[in-house]
Amino acid sequence: MSGTRALRGDRHGGDRPVVESNLPAAAAASAEGDGSAQDQGVDLATGVDETGGVDETGGVDETGGVDETGGVDETGGVDETGGVDETADVGLAAERTAGWPSRAAPPGRASRQPAEPAVPTRATAPGRGVGSPFEVARLALVRLRRHAVEAVRWASDRWRRSLQLRVATTTLLVSTLVVVVVGVLLVNTITARLLDAKQAAAYAETKNGLRIAERQLSVVVSSDDRDSLRATLKTVTEDLASRGTDAGLFSIAVVSEGKERQTYYSGDVQPVSIPDDLRHVVDQGHLADMYAPILFKDGRAGTGLIVGAPVTAPLGSFRLFYLFPLQAEERTIALVRQTVALTGILLVLLLGGIAALVTRQVVRPVRAAAQIAEQFAAGRLEQRMRVHGKDELALLASAFNDMADSLQRQIRKLEDMSRLQRRFTSDVSHELRTPLTTVRMAADVLYYSSRADFPPEVARSAELLQDELDRFESLLADLLEISRYDARVAVLEAEAVDLRRLVRGVVEATAAIAGRQHTVVLVDTPDEPVVADVDPRRVERILRNLVVNAIEHGAGHPVEVRLLGSTEAIAVTVRDHGVGLRPGEAGMVFDRFWRADPSRDRRTGGTGLGLAISLEDARLHGGWLHAWGRPGQGAQFRLTLPVHSGAPLVSSPLPIEPESATRPPVDVGFPPVGSDGAT
Amino acid sequence: MEVMKGRVLVVDDDPALAEMLGIVLRGEGFEPSFVADGGRALTVFREFRPDVVLLDLMLPGMSGIDVCKALRAESGVPIIMLTAKSDTVDVVLGLESGADDYVVKPFKPKELVARVRARLRRTDEPPAESLTIGDISIDVPGHSVSRNGTAIALTPLEFDLLVALARKPRQVFTREVLLEQVWGYRHAADTRLVNVHVQRLRSKVERDPEHPEIVLTVRGVGYKAGPP
Repeated sequence: MSGTRALRGDRHGGDRPVVESNLPAAAAASAEGDGSAQDQGVDLATGVDETGGVDETGGVDETGGVDETGGVDETGGVDETGGVDETADVGLAAERTAGWPSRAAPPGRASRQPAEPAVPTRATAPGRGVGSPFEVARLALVRLRRHAVEAVRWASDRWRRSLQLRVATTTLLVSTLVVVVVGVLLVNTITARLLDAKQAAAYAETKNGLRIAERQLSVVVSSDDRDSLRATLKTVTEDLASRGTDAGLFSIAVVSEGKERQTYYSGDVQPVSIPDDLRHVVDQGHLADMYAPILFKDGRAGTGLIVGAPVTAPLGSFRLFYLFPLQAEERTIALVRQTVALTGILLVLLLGGIAALVTRQVVRPVRAAAQIAEQFAAGRLEQRMRVHGKDELALLASAFNDMADSLQRQIRKLEDMSRLQRRFTSDVSHELRTPLTTVRMAADVLYYSSRADFPPEVARSAELLQDELDRFESLLADLLEISRYDARVAVLEAEAVDLRRLVRGVVEATAAIAGRQHTVVLVDTPDEPVVADVDPRRVERILRNLVVNAIEHGAGHPVEVRLLGSTEAIAVTVRDHGVGLRPGEAGMVFDRFWRADPSRDRRTGGTGLGLAISLEDARLHGGWLHAWGRPGQGAQFRLTLPVHSGAPLVSSPLPIEPESATRPPVDVGFPPVGSDGAT
Repeated sequence: MEVMKGRVLVVDDDPALAEMLGIVLRGEGFEPSFVADGGRALTVFREFRPDVVLLDLMLPGMSGIDVCKALRAESGVPIIMLTAKSDTVDVVLGLESGADDYVVKPFKPKELVARVRARLRRTDEPPAESLTIGDISIDVPGHSVSRNGTAIALTPLEFDLLVALARKPRQVFTREVLLEQVWGYRHAADTRLVNVHVQRLRSKVERDPEHPEIVLTVRGVGYKAGPP
């Protein structure tokens, strides 16, 4: 015996001596005194009975094993004939049947102990290794763990995406925790109850044996009759050993005190198994027990319960030791553990599966709904969910379908309207333009060919007609253009264009307007070509708008046009040094029909749609159109377009705020490199 | 009144516009003739033998596109489209069906007259010269193009385009320059006109229009003639 153990003893028949030991099978086992031990034994035995006695087959016998009479109960019979519990190892069936007769102990045990309560018999299955079931469980665990690792890897991928997985996994984890806690509790309780019952039975048996031994030894009166004493002791030993009891198999050792300390023993145990600590306590006249390793004659060792009692006899005192091997209990506990573990695993998997199944029932329709909704959003408006039954999911499906119907109706309506709008635009285009052409030509003829012959007021009328027709025309053109954008029918006609040519072309084309305003337009372009995939018609329109605007608002100060390209983008800035923009106006300049100053005269007769169209033109390229302005410092517009059509813009080669922004406009010197002026 | 410069066939269903066109054209010295129905355009064309056709794209009876194709099938006569739609699809469709040029309504009379004059200008006698691009030989005064002795039929505009490129074999022509030289435009960036006609020209003179050898594209700039 080693390790920490507390040993408490008391007078035999007095208060309850308790020996606590640190045996692996039991955390703490108490030795009960004779008075209360039986009562306690009954209670404990009943408890064991309820939790399930264990038969040698390794299967849990529901009815509590074998009854006292030694007869086998029905369930036990079934078990024996091969009704193997699920959790038992089938391979051990042979051993089990071989071991059975040993449990079918000699009859009449019960009659010899009539006072004893019904205590379930513990039976042993000789020669059965305890390692193999653990091996099976261990392998199962390893396999489980491998699967778990795979599952975790898979889960980490899908964790965020799958509600089903999350629910199933959570259930799995929580149920694992619960099952482990419950399992540990169960195993511990069963172990404690089993050992308690064993102990109670052992005490009862010991006391019984003690009475018998004392009675038999009292017969021997002569101390000289050593042979007789020896024979009696031997008889006592054998007699006691041959008794079938409720406490299971045991061996007896009778130790004589005095000059010749001799040990008589039965069974296949070695008397050295009795620990000295226990001997001492017994020597002091206490009834005591201890869990200790029992050595068998064949060299095996196993845990056992050893109960010792002092025997008072006329010829002196003897010690009676009962050695109860706990192999059966150990096996039972191992089996319980195995059973609990397997049941637990099964339960956890089952719970996980159930959770997955239940969630799947909910998730699958939701997934289907999401898929349908995605397709619907992608434009397949005829997509509908299938409605099964009348549950919440069916409600969801029908609600979704209602929504889809409504949306489809609305979208169809809008599509019709859009189609109508486009038709209308086209029709207006044709219907309005043809008569306008006639009017235009008529006005022209009036203006150019016959003006000289007219009276002054008629000539002036022809002039006004001509001018206003120009405005009407450009307004019509702009309106049609913007309605094209509104109807989303504008198409980009991108081709590789050298932006320098576009810029110069625009400046040349606006030279007449600049001349009228006495404005100089300075152009700064790189020496090398600045090629980008753009729609030249639209870019020209944007640039023309910006340049004309700058001339118009430049108050006669020079207008600067800069072009710069990078590998990703090209940028054109158009800077004027006019009145500039007030705070907040930079965002409003692109609004339709917005005018910087409503009271200002409309010198060049812009339509008010120019910048709005320019912004749409830039957006169609995937480009930017920005405005910057400060009161008194003029304004700058910057067009940024991707070099490759459709490529996203990250930055612009030119800053939106001019470097000269804080200086007075008159001081601005334009960068000389690569600049060429145009008027 | 100046002397008659040419016969112009106006195919338009709008009587007011047709009349106005007549006034303007006569005022500029042209001899106009009118037809309102697309179905009759071809008959009138054969009787009238115009020098230029002004064709409205939206016509009753036969669409302007179909009329254009029918005219082009039997004549290289310069065709100028009058269109109310400036959308690329409509313009390109008209050009691809054979029109040489187009004017978008509402147009100014001067603009139209300039377009008509530009189409008639090429009647000036060119100097006697012979040009080659690749295996194509061009007889400029004879207005004929041939490959290995096989004549290739080109419209006058396509011929002008090819000659413009062939006269300066190493020069790259921007679309703007071509617009000015061939169509008579100034300050215009309507590259659709050039692109469509280059495609049409290629479909006639190239062995494989997908891999042109006669009219080469210079990315970002324009076109140039292939090596002689």
